[in-house]
Amino acid sequence: MLMTKGRPAQAVALTAEGRRTFTSNRGLSIEEGLIFEIGRPEVTGVDLEEPAPFEHRLGACERESAIGLPGLSEPEAVRHYVRLSQKNYSIDAGIYPLGSCTMKHNPRLDEAMARLPGFADIHPLQPQSTVAGALELIHELSRWLVVLTGMEAVAMSPKAGAHGEACGMMAIKAALLARGEAATRRIVLVPESAHGTNPATATRIGFEVRSVPARADGTLDVAEVKARLDDSVAAIMLTNPNTCGLFERDIALIAEAVHEAGGYFYCDGANLNAIMGKCRPGDLGVDAMHINLHKTFSTPHGGGGPGAGPVVLSSRLARFAPVPFLRRDEAGLQLVEHAQEALDHDDLGPARSKVVSGKPGSTFPHPALEAFGRLTAFHGQMGMFVRALAYMLSHGADGLRQAAEDAVLSANYIRASLRDLLSQPFGDHACMHEVLFDDHWLKGAGVSTLDFAKAMIDEGFHPMTIYFPLVAHGAMLIEPTESESKASLDLFIATIRDLAHSVRDGDTERFQHAPSLAPRRRLDETRAARTPVLKWTKQGAALPSPSPRR
Amino acid sequence: MRYLPLTSEDRADMLARIGVGSIDDLFAEIPAGMRLGDLLDLPRHKGELEVERLLRGLASQNVTAGSVPFFLGAGAYKHHIPASVDHLIQRSEFLTSYTPYQPEIAQGTLQAIFEFQTQVAALTAMDVANASMYDGSTATAEAVLMAHRITGRREAVLSGGLHPHYAEVVRTTSRMTGDEVVTLAPDVLAREDLCACVTEATSCVVVQSPDVFGNLRDIAPLAARCREKGALLIAVFTEAVSLGLVKPPGEMGADIVVGEGQSIGNPLGFGGPYVGLFAARQQYLRQMPGRLCGETVDAEGRRAFVLTLSTREQHIKRDKATSNICTNSGLCALAFAIHMTLLGEKGLRRLASINHAHTIDLADRLETVPGVEVLNETFFNELTIRVPGDAADVVERLAARGVLGGVPVSRLLPGQGLDDLVLVAVTETVSEADRAAFVERLEEVVRC
Ligand SMILES: Cc1ncc(COP(=O)(O)O)c(C=O)c1O
Repeated sequence: MLMTKGRPAQAVALTAEGRRTFTSNRGLSIEEGLIFEIGRPEVTGVDLEEPAPFEHRLGACERESAIGLPGLSEPEAVRHYVRLSQKNYSIDAGIYPLGSCTMKHNPRLDEAMARLPGFADIHPLQPQSTVAGALELIHELSRWLVVLTGMEAVAMSPKAGAHGEACGMMAIKAALLARGEAATRRIVLVPESAHGTNPATATRIGFEVRSVPARADGTLDVAEVKARLDDSVAAIMLTNPNTCGLFERDIALIAEAVHEAGGYFYCDGANLNAIMGKCRPGDLGVDAMHINLHKTFSTPHGGGGPGAGPVVLSSRLARFAPVPFLRRDEAGLQLVEHAQEALDHDDLGPARSKVVSGKPGSTFPHPALEAFGRLTAFHGQMGMFVRALAYMLSHGADGLRQAAEDAVLSANYIRASLRDLLSQPFGDHACMHEVLFDDHWLKGAGVSTLDFAKAMIDEGFHPMTIYFPLVAHGAMLIEPTESESKASLDLFIATIRDLAHSVRDGDTERFQHAPSLAPRRRLDETRAARTPVLKWTKQGAALPSPSPRR
Repeated sequence: MRYLPLTSEDRADMLARIGVGSIDDLFAEIPAGMRLGDLLDLPRHKGELEVERLLRGLASQNVTAGSVPFFLGAGAYKHHIPASVDHLIQRSEFLTSYTPYQPEIAQGTLQAIFEFQTQVAALTAMDVANASMYDGSTATAEAVLMAHRITGRREAVLSGGLHPHYAEVVRTTSRMTGDEVVTLAPDVLAREDLCACVTEATSCVVVQSPDVFGNLRDIAPLAARCREKGALLIAVFTEAVSLGLVKPPGEMGADIVVGEGQSIGNPLGFGGPYVGLFAARQQYLRQMPGRLCGETVDAEGRRAFVLTLSTREQHIKRDKATSNICTNSGLCALAFAIHMTLLGEKGLRRLASINHAHTIDLADRLETVPGVEVLNETFFNELTIRVPGDAADVVERLAARGVLGGVPVSRLLPGQGLDDLVLVAVTETVSEADRAAFVERLEEVVRC
């Protein structure tokens, strides 16, 4: 069938060689209409028997109107989504060097394990006796996370990194409430280089953000922190390694200073990949830290999620962790779902969970005597837990440490291979798992960071993270991860060098119109924001109505 | 290690290029006393076979929904998922891509999100929908915060029919910010008078339909009352399939609609990952949380899609953002979109009818069980039944007889004197034989 939708009115679709095609397709790059254009309301791709007539029990709430949903038969639906998928870049197809995102290989074993009916086909509210294996899995993953980070306990329910930040900051708020200082300690210190979720989380929990500048080498100076510490400070939110790819070398001193001033230390653990097995956040003085299972432990990012953001907690905060949590007693693992229950159980004293690891005398996962509440309807991202545990079991303690080392090695290899051409905002020093360049070297060349990134697309690469962190002008943050072979890194480096030479040679052509070989050229983002079209409508033909060329 | 491509020779070459003698030179910034010398006390790496054996062992200890007559709901529902859904979401290009920050090479994800937003808006009869939230409960908490921003008021009223865990998530967030929450008592029979609770101080009223006890609620009068008092009406659903048969909240005057989308395309999965649906009226667009995908054109004038209105979001607005959400439930939203596309209008309506018909049948059969009472006057696919004795005990004994027979209300609402109630959900996956088995086993259990 010839597609009549999804194309502009005039035949402006030129192929790379300037050739027009009747369909607007370009070989394997196929234009695809919206389901609302190709589907029909009377078509369905699911065979269901009409039930025998019944007298409904919907009261006054029966639907009277049409929904407006088109259907596709199975072959049409499969083709639609396969064609859409072909317009995407993916880690399976090539290096995906998005700094801060840790786009590493996603093992298919993990997918297979998450799909075992024993994990995928169980209900969160089944009698606990019927889900012993699921509880055991969560407990085992908790143990790995606690041992890896050297912390006291872990709250498993947060659904992503930002949700984990909220969890950690709520635990801090609860601790302050318990101390009677929640009203006076309202300031949270956040370095300028922090990810946007950090300040957004702090205000959302009712704190006020105060920014802390970095010193010339891109890290935080303990003196700058100390200068801002007083009894109005609730906490500091610090990313380590930080978003410039640097280890915060004053971290232990900062932790000590914050603790001394009566505050707490929240660590953004998005960059745990650099240090797992090399040092433990618990030894650095961290009170709470989220772990993005979808970064460090490779649960696939899925085009924007789902993720999972368990939060490890110090002994100062463990008691405030939210429900639900696991407790091991003589009867085995129990899922505690209500704060009151937690209190009741605590009267049992010795029945509390046994130490599995961590500091002597501690409980595990945690007693949560004063659970601050609940973050989500059920027990967290079980599907991600299975994948993460499969990943961790596969690597083992040795493989995880090797992964961290290879990630750091690869980032430094890129740094060393590009340092003569690109500029680094804080000088040329060893980095951790990601290397940060800025746009100083592009000055006067008529090429911006954005142009450079788009030219990488024409070369078949996904660009690095750009314009983040904000502390570097025109930032380019490259995180190769441990998943790339040397050959892959070498081609990536050679390509960037070739592009950089073009910049030097004044070949702006290569950048300003890029990308020209991708499924789409640059988009009119201003138009998207000025006149938002956020869903398909019948009248929506305001945009060039597509038809094949005559 | 099978996932690590670098060889020792590669590593040596790379260290030489970098100009350091050993890998530990690159970790020199870690304070000396804190560097780990030995491996952590965790097992060494394992082959696929061993990992699979271990995890299969754990999986086999769980009773799966598909292996027994199964009647659990209360916010998570077992529906049949067409095989093509899971096949398609495992396409590398969907599964292993990041959030579509480079739209020229992410049109697949972006177009799918645009279609998803349109589907959700149609289903709820609302103007705009976002690209997804973590789940229904977190979407509800976000909706309350959004209502506070819009109204400038700080008091939310929660219906006694709202899923108790959703209510707890809202209360937890509010406790942190010092906002007020009025939670009505558990409302098993949908008799509460929410209109009477709306005052000039009310920011929003949160009401669920079908509610957690299975009752349907005509929220139109409440919407009128909210409008009169300048409050917003937030409508919640946990069973998306219901919207095939039930009047959509947008038609009854809701200002914000949030829901759990798990029912369409996503497995039970012990509670996650799920997909939160979030829709609102057009005038509130700029106060919405989360990502939005919009239509535009590229440099050649071809239709294209892009993440837009990001000036609401954390990476631009930082401490002034409408929400802190970054990663959402992209792949679960895709599963929802694909399943919904396969169903279409016709399929969704039929699926909803089957669910409803099966539930009517079970309700009729339960009427015949001595001592058991169905409490609902109206329902879609979930009932509250009263059993003689302790409901948790009844459910355990049913499990021992090979039937997963529902959720005891006391599991969600302990200590509220509702210990004799069970929530029972019936979907298309429940066969006639399953319904017969349930009634038979229940009869045995309540008799002894
Ligand atoms: C440094 C940092 N912190 C926090 C986050 C938020 O994590 P999530 O997207 O899982 O909510 C990210 C993710 O991009 C990040 O890079």
